[in-house]
Amino acid sequence: MNAVFSNLDLYWVGFRTTLGLAVFAGLIALALGTLLAAMRVSPVPPLRWLGTAYVELVRNTPLTVVFFFFVFVAPQVDIVVPFFASAVAALSVYTAAFVCEAVRSGINSVGVGQAEAARSVGLTFPQVLGHVVLPQAVRSVVPPLVNVLIALAKNTSVAGGFFVAELFGVGKRLTNAYSTDVLAVLIGVALCYLVITIPAGALANRVERRVAVAR
Amino acid sequence: MRVRRSRGIQALAAAVVLSLGLTACGGDDEPTVEPDEDVTFDAGTKMAELNEAGAITIGTKFDQPLFGLRGPSGDPEGFDVEIGKIIAAALGIPADGIEWVETVSANREQFIQDGDVDIVVATYTINDDRKELVAFAGPYFVAGQTIMVLEENSDINGPDDLAGMQVCSVEGSTPAERIRTEYPEAELVPTDAYSNCLEPLRNGQVDAVTTDNVILSGFVAQNEGEFKIVGEPFSEEPYGIGLALEDDEFRNFINDTLEESYEDGSWEAAWEATAGEVLELPEPPAVDRY
Amino acid sequence: MSTELVLYDEAGPRTRRRILIGSIAGGLLLLVLAFVVYRRLDTRGIFEAERWDIFTDPEVWEAIGRGLLATLKAAGAAAALAAVAGLVLCVLRTSPSPLVRRPAAVTIELFRGLPVVLLMFFAAVVLPVSLFWAVVIGLVIYNSAVVAEILRAGIASLPRGQTEAAAAIGLSDLQTLRLVLLPQAIRRMMPTLVSQLVVLNKDTSLGFIVGYFELLRTVQTLQFFFGDRYLFSFFFVAAGIYILLNVLISRLAIYLERRGSTKAAGGGVPRALAVVAAGTGENV
Repeated sequence: MNAVFSNLDLYWVGFRTTLGLAVFAGLIALALGTLLAAMRVSPVPPLRWLGTAYVELVRNTPLTVVFFFFVFVAPQVDIVVPFFASAVAALSVYTAAFVCEAVRSGINSVGVGQAEAARSVGLTFPQVLGHVVLPQAVRSVVPPLVNVLIALAKNTSVAGGFFVAELFGVGKRLTNAYSTDVLAVLIGVALCYLVITIPAGALANRVERRVAVAR
Repeated sequence: MRVRRSRGIQALAAAVVLSLGLTACGGDDEPTVEPDEDVTFDAGTKMAELNEAGAITIGTKFDQPLFGLRGPSGDPEGFDVEIGKIIAAALGIPADGIEWVETVSANREQFIQDGDVDIVVATYTINDDRKELVAFAGPYFVAGQTIMVLEENSDINGPDDLAGMQVCSVEGSTPAERIRTEYPEAELVPTDAYSNCLEPLRNGQVDAVTTDNVILSGFVAQNEGEFKIVGEPFSEEPYGIGLALEDDEFRNFINDTLEESYEDGSWEAAWEATAGEVLELPEPPAVDRY
Repeated sequence: MSTELVLYDEAGPRTRRRILIGSIAGGLLLLVLAFVVYRRLDTRGIFEAERWDIFTDPEVWEAIGRGLLATLKAAGAAAALAAVAGLVLCVLRTSPSPLVRRPAAVTIELFRGLPVVLLMFFAAVVLPVSLFWAVVIGLVIYNSAVVAEILRAGIASLPRGQTEAAAAIGLSDLQTLRLVLLPQAIRRMMPTLVSQLVVLNKDTSLGFIVGYFELLRTVQTLQFFFGDRYLFSFFFVAAGIYILLNVLISRLAIYLERRGSTKAAGGGVPRALAVVAAGTGENV
């Protein structure tokens, strides 16, 4: 118990770092993922191919391997960045693939008739996308997207194995320093993660229910 | 820009020399420690238990050149490994009855307390905090904390130059704690294993690596011309053999075995076959029976 | 692809020309990109023979094989145990008695809300088990919760009539679950379950962080032993093996989905809807 309360400042630093990783990586992943989704549905074959290749490759690679690449291998080809940046890069690159798939499934869920009707009324492609398809797609994109972001928040824990002092890393350090109080230390870490994931999960459920009603 | 071409051959040669010296399979210069055939122990002691089982689980490092480095066969090689084999032999257990488990700095006490390993021989520094959780036999070697930097680095010449520098060490190790408490202006970058520090050191993501001089010497030797050790050792790190806290009989037995190995030359042979390839033979330290 | 019909019509001659121009431009862009990457690697000497000669050593392949085996063993054990535990959790979660349902729901939310690597680490330091079991336990705790939710979504997607008919012929709740609902739910959610298997397999690599000698860690140890210049090559091989393994499992999922949609009554649940309904989204 004492282990936790005398180190609340460390927990806070870890919590802050975890949030920082999640927010930065999340923003980049959303942007990159939407771009990838656009590429995958575009009529230009090379773009489609590149998008598909990226997503297939990343989805089948463990996050640990992606981290390993950015932290240990990339420097060998002279891409040297601070550890936090490597972590954000690894998390963004990885999560973007899943964001892409969530967005794509959202676009797919819009009935074909919607786009056909829009075209028959004379809307151009950008108008079809902007006024008809995307607004409806957004509704069904949000639940899986929120789940992807929750997964991202949990995935930040991997950074703790790669030189970043986020929550999991703090947990490792404290279990070392207080090897008799390990249970308390780890429960503290677990609680910090739950503070992020449980409210987010509840939010996802609320949104999901609203989408279901709207249909 | 680092040019690796010309270094390649040199490094390969060095690695070949080093791995030949450490290779277990077919290694002719490795000391063969014969298990004591007719040794008996009092019933109920840990020694009797291990002797009857004909097997022992020893925790050691898997990523420390010269002391405990795991080869492609899956078994580690090094001075700690040889000491472990000496203890096993004294228990009447042959080398292939030993199960090697990797113990990193962070989990050595836990593994002993949980009974996952019988003893730990893993560049394990004896200190009072740890003595509250585990017992130590030995020391069987005394190292000292020092600093390793890139060959071309001239800014860091000792621990006082570490202020404001990124220093890599292992979470839970004595050297890391010493930096945190005695040199707090240095920025400690902790990780799980010293070998994880090498790439960041090469790339400039950290400025220095700190741990015991023998561990660093292993890295320097393994990576010809890339790193160097600066300054004198600024601490004393006695390496001991960790075992369960209350087991005094076992501890006395291991201490006896160590003292015998100093006498009969097996300690020296163990050194010469492993760390002795690169470092000078030191004097064996007196064991501490506390 | 149906997306094309959703977003745009069949291409007329002018659009086809535009697409052709776009394709050529895009193709050139890709080539340039590939060339830049190749040059970067080449000037660092990544393609030199001396960086790859280590792979002629059979011992190296044996070591890699052992790492792969360790990965597969952990994945297999965890998958089997998580399937069983997930089934049990699902039954508890759908129980009509709130005394059983509520704690089950809380447990599931708890396990799903924690990072797998934390669970592995917890098992490794708190429980007196070997590293292999710490990895497996961590995986099982998380994945059993996910499996329970997937199955629950599967049950929820079944037509009401099934439950009502089962009640009409006098089956108890447990029997209804066992004989009617779960078999159908499992068949319906098979693609999602197999996807989760891929996730589980990838998560075995988290063992790297707690020291388990799965593929990535084994390869890193080889790199320590043989020298830094092999880092890229070893990494490349390890990543390649992981990707291949997961692609194979994913292909299995697609194959099952295709079979499922021709067999099951009313077809399989559309993938997107299943993903949404399961509330799992794409995970780690």
